[in-house]
Amino acid sequence: MLILTCPCCGVTAEETEFHPGGEAHVKRFGPGSNDDEFHSYLFEKVNPKGVHFERWRHANGCGKWFNAARCTVTLEVFGTYSAQTTEPPQDIKDKISAKRPGWSWREFA
Amino acid sequence: MKRYSAFAVAREALRYHMGWERAWASPEPKKKYDVIIVGAGGHGLATAYYLGRNFGITNVAVLEKGWLGGGNTGRNTTIIRSNYLQDPSAAIYEKSRSLYETLSQDLNYNVMYSPRGVMMLAQTQHEIRGYERTAHANALQGVSTEFISPSRVKELVPIINIDGPRYPVLGALWQPRAGTARHDAVAWGYARACSAMGMHIIQKCEVTGISREGGKVTGVTTNRGDIACDKLGIVVAGHSGHLADMAGFRLPVESVALQALVSEPIKPCMDVVVMANTVHGYMSQSDKGEMVIGGGADGYNNFTQRGSFHHIEETVRALIETFPMISRLKMLRQWGGIVDMTGDRSPILSRTPVEGVFINCGWGTGGFKAIPGSGWGFAELMAKGHAPLCDEFSLNRFREGRFIDESVAAGVAH
Repeated sequence: MLILTCPCCGVTAEETEFHPGGEAHVKRFGPGSNDDEFHSYLFEKVNPKGVHFERWRHANGCGKWFNAARCTVTLEVFGTYSAQTTEPPQDIKDKISAKRPGWSWREFA
Repeated sequence: MKRYSAFAVAREALRYHMGWERAWASPEPKKKYDVIIVGAGGHGLATAYYLGRNFGITNVAVLEKGWLGGGNTGRNTTIIRSNYLQDPSAAIYEKSRSLYETLSQDLNYNVMYSPRGVMMLAQTQHEIRGYERTAHANALQGVSTEFISPSRVKELVPIINIDGPRYPVLGALWQPRAGTARHDAVAWGYARACSAMGMHIIQKCEVTGISREGGKVTGVTTNRGDIACDKLGIVVAGHSGHLADMAGFRLPVESVALQALVSEPIKPCMDVVVMANTVHGYMSQSDKGEMVIGGGADGYNNFTQRGSFHHIEETVRALIETFPMISRLKMLRQWGGIVDMTGDRSPILSRTPVEGVFINCGWGTGGFKAIPGSGWGFAELMAKGHAPLCDEFSLNRFREGRFIDESVAAGVAH
């Protein structure tokens, strides 16, 4: 059972109070983009074995969306942060680098 | 390979069972094979078996990171059915189910196929319409299913409560020749048959890299040295994305945990498989007497091979209304596997952007039932470059918008 802290209302709760929303920091491609970009945006989700950034919604609480940094192998939650950002904040990145030395970062949009 | 038979049992009984040989050999890897299959689960071993049996390709190695059949092959709920809505799905799953009918004889290994019948309960008006539609589609596809009434459901499953109140049973989609099989035996049977054809099954051999030259595969790097090959089949379920990364392409697949649990063994009480998709639960009774219960997949990416506790609660809570007698059962074991989910909940059996690399993945929550059919089709794909059973399941279907949309058809992950 994951325990997450909602950065919007500050409540810390078990995962049943939240709803997972899939990959975070997806760069969107719409009209005018080419087929490869559109295909990649729609279907080719990142599926890392390790550090993952994803969207969660505080469904049975304040109802707001936020992002979480989590390890898919140990289920450790590195932290949660506002969804109003295009990449994880530096303090979350530092925390991950400290705990997962050598983790290679993908490019964020 | 010595054949298993009643005579062999009698012979060994007379000499203290000293004459049984190992079911498969554990050779050292060679420097080069014609075909390497990564993943010695059911699908990988079945692919190797049909490569040998149908196409005479026996210079094959099956590499396994852990132990044979220790992934999802040993972690499922052993249900076999083929009552799918879309034509390509019905074709490959029905091929698979029909191969299961004679698999024990073909492999000379008892896989304990039990065509006890599978019913999928309709518990909402929406489901009645959905399953009636599936029954009609199955009739056109040559898959024998029928939509049955609540009283017939009660007749087949006396322990069921059909009156609700929250989830009344309004009917069911019934496939009489569907059923279960012994999951480990399927992997072991294929492994034994592959080994008898001279193929190498190499356990504790983890692939750490895929070598390419000019867009073509040349071999793999493993923790037991480099092994060259002409063709490479990736059949690794939850870790498919990981291996695709090594080969330099991406997959429309996400890995999530799916779990199941079994109760303490009780006397025989239910001789069919019952699935209740509205409440995301299904149940059957194993030959040992345990009630085998499965539920929905977790909602987030996960490589831990264990599920969330609240999903067990959700599943069991809903099943208790339909099966009041299980409310006092003790649960013995719970486990999880990593399943590879595609966007349309249908598998991928396909060539890849790397020449010589083929991928078989995306079986999601329903791979066990497909093992023989998937192996049959994927072996043909690897041997000849295309296969009627697999062509619709290509990787390109996402780009081209040709989904085989079983998630909409079933209304749930399955």
